[in-house]
Amino acid sequence: MTDKFISIEGIARRYPAAGGGSTTIFENLWLSMARGEFGCIIGHSGCGKTTVLNILAGLDEPSEGAVIVDGRAIEGTSLDRAVIFQSHALLPWRTVLGNVAYAVSSKWRKWDRARVKAHAQKFIDLVGLTGSEHKHPSELSGGMKQRVGIARALSITPKIMLMDEPFSALDALTRGTLQDEVRRICLETGQTTFMITHDVDEAIFLADKIFLMTNGPGAVLAEIVENPLPKHRDRIDLHRHPYYYALRNHIVDFLVSRSKTFAADVGDHDPRNVPTVRPGLPELVIASGAEPHPQTSWPGLSRPSTST
Amino acid sequence: MTLRLRAAIVSIALLALFLGVWHLATRSTGAAANMSPEYAKLMGLTATQGKSAMPGPLDVGAKLWEHLKRPFYDNGPNDKGLGIQLAYSIGRVGLGYFIAVLVAIPLGFMIGMSPLISKALDPFIQVLKPISPLAWMPLALYTIKDSSISAIFVIFICSVWPMLLNTAFGVASVRKEWINVARTLEVGTLRRAFTVILPAAAPTILTGMRISIGIAWLVIVAAEMLVGGTGIGYFVWNEWNNLSITNVIIAILLIGIVGMLLDQILARFARMVTFPE
Repeated sequence: MTDKFISIEGIARRYPAAGGGSTTIFENLWLSMARGEFGCIIGHSGCGKTTVLNILAGLDEPSEGAVIVDGRAIEGTSLDRAVIFQSHALLPWRTVLGNVAYAVSSKWRKWDRARVKAHAQKFIDLVGLTGSEHKHPSELSGGMKQRVGIARALSITPKIMLMDEPFSALDALTRGTLQDEVRRICLETGQTTFMITHDVDEAIFLADKIFLMTNGPGAVLAEIVENPLPKHRDRIDLHRHPYYYALRNHIVDFLVSRSKTFAADVGDHDPRNVPTVRPGLPELVIASGAEPHPQTSWPGLSRPSTST
Repeated sequence: MTLRLRAAIVSIALLALFLGVWHLATRSTGAAANMSPEYAKLMGLTATQGKSAMPGPLDVGAKLWEHLKRPFYDNGPNDKGLGIQLAYSIGRVGLGYFIAVLVAIPLGFMIGMSPLISKALDPFIQVLKPISPLAWMPLALYTIKDSSISAIFVIFICSVWPMLLNTAFGVASVRKEWINVARTLEVGTLRRAFTVILPAAAPTILTGMRISIGIAWLVIVAAEMLVGGTGIGYFVWNEWNNLSITNVIIAILLIGIVGMLLDQILARFARMVTFPE
């Protein structure tokens, strides 16, 4: 049994339906993550990803089941679990420093002004916003706003960082830069992070574990994909790694076709023991020196083996 | 030439046109023919010189200058300087409005934060809001037994509704994500109210306060006509009884200017709390 720093145990979320019954978004969902891991959850809209994240954050409550973090069942929101919102959710009447300091002074209420400021400044520097402390959010670009959101979340040194599609509203270049920053910060600080994304490449670059969810309503966690790429990976030559396409194709295949038919295909799916997949180098080995030509050697064409 | 300058020129031209037409319409047209001198004496200038009973701009200007030279004289109950009359009115509006702020903003906060209180109070607000503030006057006079305090009560009751409704609306429509930020930071209810909800709702609250001060200034004139004694509204009514149209016109002008100043003050406060998104 692996270390379960976060353990989601059989949670369900139901909403009352118009006809008097209830709509089940998902039920009997089990998921766990180890300390320091970066988990990404991928699935189509409506599969309940955001609901899972909100339950983890304490902003929403499961209809059934429990969530255990660091050995304790969570109850409501907590300063141990910081959220980075998709819409960055900065307070527009506060400056960059004011926004981060608000979080810092919420965590350490007895700290004096100077200490709060110094602590906040440290995290503003960490996300590369030195010099913009006294700007208001309206004066910042989308990427800079999200950096403030990240600084605010990190500044309270949470046990878990929860990110709800944090980069989806950004342009591709900014997104790439911020992904690099997040990866660097997470590796440096050993931050446990749980992120929702729609972007397969983002998941591959950032995550240690990728959770694949089927389509809702009645969504289930279909597979846990372990990222076979080395821990120290670089955006520039990520796609040259021999495992890259196997991994990417596996996820894309899932999203395109298997996420719809999963329930029918796999009759005896056990939500407590979701298969862990490690898409790796399949049978074919890429000849050394030669660049693999995509038409002749798509490694992902062969289905990776699944193990439970 | 900037737009501002051009607009100012057009404004001045319009004012000059208005004053010119006014002057021409009210000037004397010379002696009326064939009137026995005794009758003419009896009738006064209006009949003899063909002068309109309506004062012209020059009469009003001269009288206004007279008032401005001595704004604070006090020759007894029915003869006080305009400054004193305006001060009474502004004082009543200020007091009634201040009490309304003290009631409306906390109550609006409660209504905005609690769907239960909102639903429970809604029928009362819906019924009380459309009542003309002056309709309260007899009831106020009967229960309070003091005409001056009754006028303040009327100001209170008319300015409370826009502030109450705007505060409730502003508080209820604070963005969920800002509330969620406060929740994830474990910010307590009171601190949340002051650090998130109040700044977020402040522009809406100030809009309500600005509407309220406008209504209060509209109502004070009518209220003072009823309660009498002091104030610009009473002055207007008194001068009407004196048939001094000149003074009535001066009072109308001053009511407009003071109303504009009150609105500008609130607009300035509103700009201070507005935040760009």
